[in-house]
Amino acid sequence: MGTILKERKQQVFRKGEDGFAMACERNSAAGSVSQRACVFCGSRVVLYPIADALHLVHGPVGCAAYTWDIRGALSSGPELHRMSFSTDLQERDVIYGGEKKLYHALCELIDAHSPKAAFVYATCITGIIGDDIDAVCRRVEAEKSIPVLAVHSAGFNGTKRDGYRAACEAIFKLVGTRSIPEVYPYSINILGDFNIAGETWIIREYYKQMGVEVIATITGDGRIDDIKQAHTASLNVVQCSGSMLHLAKLMEAKYNIPFIRVSYIGIEDTSEALWEVARFFKDEKIIERTQRLVAEATHKSMSLVNSYRPHLTGKRAAVYVGGAFKAFSLIKALRLLGMEVVVVGSQTGRADDYKRLRSMCDEGTVILDDSNPVELAAFSLEKKVDIFIGGVKERPLAYKLGIAFCDHNHERKTALAGYEGMENFIKEVYASIMSPVWRLFRRDYAGAPGGR
Amino acid sequence: MLLRHTPKEINPRKALTINPAKTCQPIGAIYASLGIHKCLPHSHGAQGCCAYHRSTLTRHYKEPIMAATSSFTEGASVFGGQANLLQALDNIFTIYNPDIVAIHTTCLSETIGDDVPQIISKAHEDGKIPEGKVVISASTPSYVGSHITGFSNMVKSMALQLSGGEGRKNDQINIIPGWVEPADMRELKRLCQEMGLNTIMFPDTSGVVDSPQTGKFQMYPQGGVGLHEMRRIGDSEATIALGKFTSQAAAEALDAKYKVPCQILDLPIGLKATDRFINALRPYSRLKVPESINYERGRLVDMITDMQQYLAGKRVALFGDPDQLISLSEFLVDLDMRPVYVLTGTRGKKFLRRMQEILGQAVPEAKVQHAGDIFLLHQWIKNEPVDLLLGNSYGKYIARDEDIPFVRYGFPITDRVGHTYFPSVGYQGGMQLLERILGVLLDRKDRDTPEESFELVM
Repeated sequence: MGTILKERKQQVFRKGEDGFAMACERNSAAGSVSQRACVFCGSRVVLYPIADALHLVHGPVGCAAYTWDIRGALSSGPELHRMSFSTDLQERDVIYGGEKKLYHALCELIDAHSPKAAFVYATCITGIIGDDIDAVCRRVEAEKSIPVLAVHSAGFNGTKRDGYRAACEAIFKLVGTRSIPEVYPYSINILGDFNIAGETWIIREYYKQMGVEVIATITGDGRIDDIKQAHTASLNVVQCSGSMLHLAKLMEAKYNIPFIRVSYIGIEDTSEALWEVARFFKDEKIIERTQRLVAEATHKSMSLVNSYRPHLTGKRAAVYVGGAFKAFSLIKALRLLGMEVVVVGSQTGRADDYKRLRSMCDEGTVILDDSNPVELAAFSLEKKVDIFIGGVKERPLAYKLGIAFCDHNHERKTALAGYEGMENFIKEVYASIMSPVWRLFRRDYAGAPGGR
Repeated sequence: MLLRHTPKEINPRKALTINPAKTCQPIGAIYASLGIHKCLPHSHGAQGCCAYHRSTLTRHYKEPIMAATSSFTEGASVFGGQANLLQALDNIFTIYNPDIVAIHTTCLSETIGDDVPQIISKAHEDGKIPEGKVVISASTPSYVGSHITGFSNMVKSMALQLSGGEGRKNDQINIIPGWVEPADMRELKRLCQEMGLNTIMFPDTSGVVDSPQTGKFQMYPQGGVGLHEMRRIGDSEATIALGKFTSQAAAEALDAKYKVPCQILDLPIGLKATDRFINALRPYSRLKVPESINYERGRLVDMITDMQQYLAGKRVALFGDPDQLISLSEFLVDLDMRPVYVLTGTRGKKFLRRMQEILGQAVPEAKVQHAGDIFLLHQWIKNEPVDLLLGNSYGKYIARDEDIPFVRYGFPITDRVGHTYFPSVGYQGGMQLLERILGVLLDRKDRDTPEESFELVM
């Protein structure tokens, strides 16, 4: 079809076609209206939920302005992360360098706010003019006696995924720098949940009920001291593996902490996540408590699923997400509701992710890597999609196509993780699909006075 | 929430911006480009910039916002972005088929020194730009000025690169509306029409970023100034440019190129600024100011008269973009309110001078700041509170912490609707604005009044 750039022919497949070999993990075609962001964005979204740290963006004002409190990552305590700090680089800084400005900005901010640590984000411009951010960070760290961490997130230097990696490396420098008096035998770190709409709190509560100690939540509702002692945990439980798998691997190599990959999206995956943790500890009491928790929560959620399923059966969904891992869970969750996923894609999925997606999907499902609005619109129409599940840039596109929408990204306003999250998800999906607005586009709608 | 991290004591800062009251140039360039019919804005830089601008504009307009990017990688950053831009133009015309591509630069492409006009010439030579299609460009480095500068630069590029003229004066005037909402642009066109004028407005985002729900996605909605119209602006009798910061550069460039005389006015927000706008239109109209417009004016003055007791002496803090703040402050003074803190993130001495003219006599205690940030505004408010806050959605933190009635105004507004649909320019816009101000002030009075003095009639 005429909507696919020739450079992108190998990034769009239909299940059942021959020669499925997704050409993913590559740079977007120039000129594409890509839905992707940059390295800086990747680092910023991963680190920003650490609430008692200073987050200083070293660059022109835009990078700080566009990431000022946009993600809804909640904190139960300090909220320093919701402020926007930047060196607001000007032309003279670009010519003469921004290191001095960065030094003064850091000192002023640390004196004013006494943060537990500081993250300094590199941007395109500091990458190009060659500011030695590491040197400035070392100097301030020595003078102010708090960790000051350079995040190598120059925007052009890869994709969002490289930004996750840079963030993981900054976090990893903190891990192991604080000891705790007591070592818990049954302890975990929660990795890769960002407490959007309070989701980390929901998950944490499950582990509490199971009798599993949570040492650090990285980074949802995150705290520097918790991260510093994260090496004392027995297990890393990694969600959203695109962003945090690297940290888990670093911690496994250095501290011998094994990790498991889980998802808290949907009843099935949430239960499986909790079970995996319980099985890991092989403790009878934990297993018993997990059994009770899973049984009760599943029973409650399934009764909601059962009441909605008749209304949702046969509805068709398009899913376009940042990392592919979330798509796996969403496919399962939607199937539980009797729905079909007919278009599925991600911004930064990897080859093995796409293989797995392919094996999960039904025949004919369109599978996309690094897509754009023209393709998303065309496939949504072709596949007669009833609901689109995506992020901020996809919402108005779906609406303009007359398609229902559910935000499963930064702008979710209710928690979508865990059992409670699944219940919220079902209600949101149902409400949008059933909204009367889809029948109001024309004056002569069926049933209108004088209408058809 | 911000409260606990914002100390009352104001220490001088020299190296940083906290909670900015501005953003960077390219987003302004995109907004201006969207005001051209069938135009695809293009960001010459790394991918993130474009994603951020599209997300921010999407949050504000609740519309699909299209823009392409050169998708710089490390290679482009070392060897220059020419290859990326050439490929981008090829791809854009192949798949997205716009009539016009409006390229703006970013801090990255500016710093590595890409010469965009030269690359466009090369694209023409290489046959990458199909017959009849147009590519324009503006230089918008993020480390100079603000989003306002970027808007102004792109409007100026439109005036120079899309314009044309045959040297015969036509019976028409150009209106450069400044950075206002689509509803404002529609309202300005309506007022001009009521005055019996032929106008060409550029940019014109009405119909583009407030397109109706029809169940059909249009990559290029119906609105926007047409290329055929732009080709005639050199023959206009005059240009009326609204807002020094956003429209002056384009108006003067057009004057220099085609000898189209220009007048630079404040944005017609509020009573007096609208009076000046209408008066400026009169010489070009064969009609007297129609009664319908006089009536609109009369209704606004009537509303002010009726509600004066609730407005008098109220202290107001406002932040945002310079052109808006100038006119808003003047309107607030006419409402007998006291704009005591006026702050913009954009730099500009002419802002301070104009504000001095408006507030020097009327509100001598007023603090006016350019190149400021919202953190400083919050500190001022902590030191001496206000009765009303006017500003973009980021004002909600202060409004909540300090419990101040809050009217959202400016860019971006990410948590309410209406700003794109209801104008704030002209007399009717003045009424909308006044209604919103009164609404929050009177709601507050109702909330705080003890039960025994709670009044039905106000």
